[in-house]
Formats: sequence, C-alpha cells, structure tokens
Amino acid sequence: MATTTTSYAEEQAAPAARAFWISRINVGRLIAHLALLALVLIWTLPTAGLLISSVRDRDQLAVSGWWTALVTSDRNVALTLPGADAQAEEGGRYVIRGELFSDAGVTVQRYGTSINNPTEAAAGETLAVRQGGEITVAADGSYEWVSATPFEHDRVRLFVVAGTPPRFTLDNYVNVLNSEGIGRSFINSFTVTIPATIIPILIAAFAAYALAWMSFPGRAWIVALIVALLVVPLQMSLIPLLRMYNGIAMWTGGNSKTYLGIWLAHTGFGLPLAIYLLRNYMAGLPKEIMESARMDGASHFKIFTTMVLPLSFPALASFAIFQFLWVWNDLLVATVFLGNREDQLVLTGRLRELLGSRGDNWEILTAGAFISIVVPLIVFFSLQRYFVRGLLAGSVK
Amino acid sequence: MIPQLLNAALTVVIGVAACVLYFWGTNWVLDRTLSGEGPNGGANDRRRTKIRPWLFLFPALFFMTVYLVYPVFETLRLSLHDRNGTNFIGFFNYIWAFNDPAVRQSVFNNLLWLIVVPSLATAFGLVVAVLADRLWWGNIAKSLIFMPMAISFVGASVIWKFVYDFRGPNAEQIGILNAVVQAFGGTPQAWMTVPFWNSILLMVILVWIQTGFAMVILSAALRGIPEETLEAARMDGASDIRIFFDIMIPQIFPTILVVWTTITIVVLKVFDIVLAMTNGQWNTQVLANLMFDWMFRGGGDFGRGSTIAILIMIAVIPIMIWNIRQANRAEGTR
Repeated sequence: MATTTTSYAEEQAAPAARAFWISRINVGRLIAHLALLALVLIWTLPTAGLLISSVRDRDQLAVSGWWTALVTSDRNVALTLPGADAQAEEGGRYVIRGELFSDAGVTVQRYGTSINNPTEAAAGETLAVRQGGEITVAADGSYEWVSATPFEHDRVRLFVVAGTPPRFTLDNYVNVLNSEGIGRSFINSFTVTIPATIIPILIAAFAAYALAWMSFPGRAWIVALIVALLVVPLQMSLIPLLRMYNGIAMWTGGNSKTYLGIWLAHTGFGLPLAIYLLRNYMAGLPKEIMESARMDGASHFKIFTTMVLPLSFPALASFAIFQFLWVWNDLLVATVFLGNREDQLVLTGRLRELLGSRGDNWEILTAGAFISIVVPLIVFFSLQRYFVRGLLAGSVK
Repeated sequence: MIPQLLNAALTVVIGVAACVLYFWGTNWVLDRTLSGEGPNGGANDRRRTKIRPWLFLFPALFFMTVYLVYPVFETLRLSLHDRNGTNFIGFFNYIWAFNDPAVRQSVFNNLLWLIVVPSLATAFGLVVAVLADRLWWGNIAKSLIFMPMAISFVGASVIWKFVYDFRGPNAEQIGILNAVVQAFGGTPQAWMTVPFWNSILLMVILVWIQTGFAMVILSAALRGIPEETLEAARMDGASDIRIFFDIMIPQIFPTILVVWTTITIVVLKVFDIVLAMTNGQWNTQVLANLMFDWMFRGGGDFGRGSTIAILIMIAVIPIMIWNIRQANRAEGTR
C-alpha cells in the first residue's frame, strides 16, 4: 500500500522554495502574514480563554470577559455605614470615620447615597446625606462623615462602584482536584489508558509482520478486511458488545462494567489501525536484510523480535500516541463499558457530568477542562513528529 | 487509588507476558512437533510454513472478530428484532425510522454536517498549509492550528461552550462571541437555543478540531509537488492565485479526496460534541447521539438503536469500498 511518508530530502527542499518567496516582498506577502495571523488567532483564542479563565478569581470570572482579565473590573456594591453610636465629637462637630473595604487594592470609582444613583459623586467629592451630615469617600475606600449636629440615624446605606484589581489564583484547580472528583478521574483515565495502549501494540505487531513478510493464502483478503474495518463506525459494535458483556456478567455473576472489559474493547477497536500502520511500515523495510537473515537460517520469530521490532520503533511510537490520545479523549466507549461509579468515571465522563450539573460555574468547568486536556497536549507537543508521521501513513491512498 | 494504578500496571505486565508467552510458546511447540529433521523433514517444513502465519495472526483476528466483525452482523440481526432482541419483527424498525421525526431531523442534520464540516476543514487546512509553507513563522502557526487535534471532543465542547456563553440580554457578556456581537451593536443571543445556527456553531467545533489534520496531510502533499513545475509556471508569469488553483490543487487532488473522506467518516460518528453541548435539543440531534439515546432510553431499545447504527453504516459503505479499491490498487503497484 502506497503511503505518504515525508522523507528528509523532501523536507530539505522547502527552504529553497522559502528563499524564492523571501525575494518577493510585496503586498501579497503582507496579506499572507495577516491572513495566517488571523487564522492562528481564531484557532488559539478559545483555548487561551479557557486557560486564562481557569486561573482567574471566581467572582471576577463570573462578571467579566477573560479578555479583561488584566484590567480592573468594576462592580456595584451596597454597603451599610456604621450606626449613630460610632460617632465621635471633634471640636464641636460630630464625625464617623472608617474604611469601606477590608480587602486591600479595592478602589472606589464613584459612589452615591441613593440606590437610584450610585454614580452621583466621584471619589474624593463630598455628598450630602439625607439622614444628616456630609460624607466624603476617598479613592482608597476611607471615608469621613461629618455633621454639625449629633447623628441619630439607625441604618444608612452607601452605593459604591468598586474597582477590583485583577486577581489570579490556583484555587479553582485545588477545588476541582479535591472536591469535584477531577483528581480521582485523572487516576481513572490513566488506569484505562495505559493497558489499552500497550496491549494492542504487541498483538498488532505480530499480525502486521505476518501480513507484510509471510506469504500464505488469504493474505490479500485479510488486508482488505482490515482496510474495511478501519472505517466501520464504533456505533455498530456498541449494542452487541453491551449485550455480550451483560450476558457474561450474568453468567459469571460478576459486574459487566469492569476495567478489563474496557481494556479489551479498546484493544479490539484499535487493532485495525495498528495493524494497518505497522504493516505499511514493516513492508517498507529493506528486503535484503530479511532475505539474508532467512539464508542464515533465522526463524521468522527470531527475525521479528531481533530485527523488525526494533526497526519499527517509529511506527510503534506513532500508533502508541494515536491510541493514547484516542483512549484518553474517548467518551463513548467509556460511557458504555465503564460505569459512572466514583472509582470508574474517567475525565471525559466527569467533564460531561460537570457540564450538566455545574453548567454556570465556569471556574470549575475551565479548570476541569484544562486538567483533562493537559496530558494530551504534553504528549502532543513533545511527540508531534511521530504523531504527524502516523497521520501521514494512516490515511489510505 | 494507588492499588488501582498498581492493578493497571499489573495488567500491563500480565498482558504483555501472556502475549509473549503465547507467541513464543506456540512457535516453540510448532518447531518441536513438526521438526524439519528426520524422514518427514521436507513435508514438515512445508506444513510449518503454512501454519506459522496463522499463529502470528490469531490473537489479532480473534479480537477483531469479537469486537468488530461479529457485532456488524449481530447489529444487522438486532435491527430486525424488537427492543430486547427476542422477537423477529422484520423491517418494522426501518419503517419506524423512516417515519420518526427525530430520525428525520437527525438525517437532515447529518447531511448538513457532511456538507459543512469536510468542506470547511479541508479548505481552511489547505489555506493554512499554503500560507504557512511560505512564511518564516509557518511552523509555529501550524503547530498552533494543529493543537486542537489533541483535545478531546468533550474538552473542545467546554472550550466552545465558554465562547458561546450567554448572560442575559442586558448583562455584561463573558462569552467572546456575544461580546463581539454586542461590540458591533447586535443583540446577544443564547446561541445554543437558536435552531439552525446552533447546529452550525456545533459544526464550528469539529472544523476547529479537524482543520489541523487536513493541514498536515495537505502540507505534505504540497511539498511533494515538483519544484520544477512551480518554477516553470512562475517563469511563464503565472500569478500566485493561478498557481494555487491551476497547479497546486490539481496536483494534490487525490490527497484532498483522502482528507475529505477521512473527515467525512469522523463527521458521521460525531457524538460527543452534540451530547455535551445540547444533547440533541433545539433541533441539533444527529444519528450517533440519537442511537446512544435509544440504547439507554427506558432501559434501552436495542432494535431501534441497531437500526440507527445501520443507517450510519450505510453512509460509510461507499467510502469503505472506495478505500478498499484504492488499497488494492496500491497493492498491485508494490
């Protein structure tokens, strides 16, 4: 099967083309820069928004867009001023002094004495209070309320537009890891992913070797079958397997939702791609080495384990990354074959549950989502080369 | 927690050991029982050559049969039976599917997805591939646009649900889409409840994920175009736009088809996004999610669920046949 594999020679050819383009600095190039920049921004902003939001203070996150995260955010607050017993007499005047905010950094933008007009005065200006006296609120929240006659009010409220400086915190992460079950699900996801990635590789490698280097009747049929199975929708397998698992559980008196069940399911579902990728790669290994080894009397088993397997490392790595990402990111198979129990719910399932139950708590959703995507992102960015090779080899030509 | 991870690690060890034991053991047994020495040596040699491939293939064939081949036939059988799979009811489920408004809605939406997602993802992928190959920071751009490929559909759903968030008509919007709409003087909307546009916005998520795939494959194909061809066109004074449409696209057309069909298959199976974003409400239902719904609704209707799975399978079959023919042709030229 012919596949595209970019050789290094082809990659080397690119700079030549690049040099050609650099010699033509013109409007077209500028448009190219801007167009690509626009696309990159559209593609990265959603993720950036999630990441930034996940480290914002939950109260700020709920009322202002993440793009304002570095700007002081305004919010309206109503405060109750101290009662008449807080007054002190100073040189014939009656004074009440204090601080509006206990948090440092919060500032007063504007304030007013009526709920209908909270922006009556700017910070530092003086306002008459209906219940008596005049109040002056400074920008830092300290106020001085002065009256010529003794205060006799019992409850006076002040309406303030308060500016809160940006606040970043890891509290959201601490919160989701501990109390929202994300931490537990993280472990569960690893439990599912590791065996489901490793077991199919070995099985597929032997089959791929047989299909690439042994001749036997029916080989072409098996290859065609594998190409066909590559595209069979998972949906075709769900109901029969669910029935089968339930049947086995009933027969043995066990549980139908087990880790073993999902490991084997992912093994079955991953095999066609694994065999396809590995066979393509192994068939491209130099024929001469195989033949001379056969001449020397080496058995197929020996050739496979000592020569083909080590040589196929790039293809094995490609498939391992695919399978890891696919299993880690899978929701469907996990929902059907693994339960919703605390010790079995994987990250994708937990995230879906949180979307339902905590749909408006963005501080939980953003932090939870980031934890669930951070592992694939690390794998992806550190092993991108193998991933790309696998993609190129995996698309049927 | 820790015992669970140890358990998983133990499974890996046992699984790998079992595989090694199986492959090594059966080969050893084969070599011992049908030895190449002695009077029957020649015949034994031939028999061993015949048997050994099947020893290598057996575990793979076994798993693929149990998890993929057998279920295809079983699903076909179940689609002709009632909800428990006990009574044969002929084509009754298919008649139901044909008349059911939810199935019709899903088929319509799936067709919409099939038109919008592969075309947009391929087009964006092609544009990025062409642009990135000629700019010095192209590789960084490609990495960033490729990144969503690593993100799960559910994770992507959370990311985009945040983009589409709606906070009441007069409140300050924290979703960037509504903020942009507001900045341009429009009225913020609860986008997920607006039929038609909500489906489009769900498709945007999949386009966002799949563009990176299209870009990688197409970028490799573009590099495969002989430099002389492009050089000759430039000598003749062809503009960049003409080179793109008249040379690049025809040259890589087979690859475009491959990308298109691969994304088509992904689209047909799309499930997580719809489940997480709307669960099929407000006219966004698709077949895969509807099937999931029937699998568990009221204890599960396996007959109807299987019928919907068959509908998805029918849509995949043309691509499957095309793939096999392409593979066979490639096999012939090897």
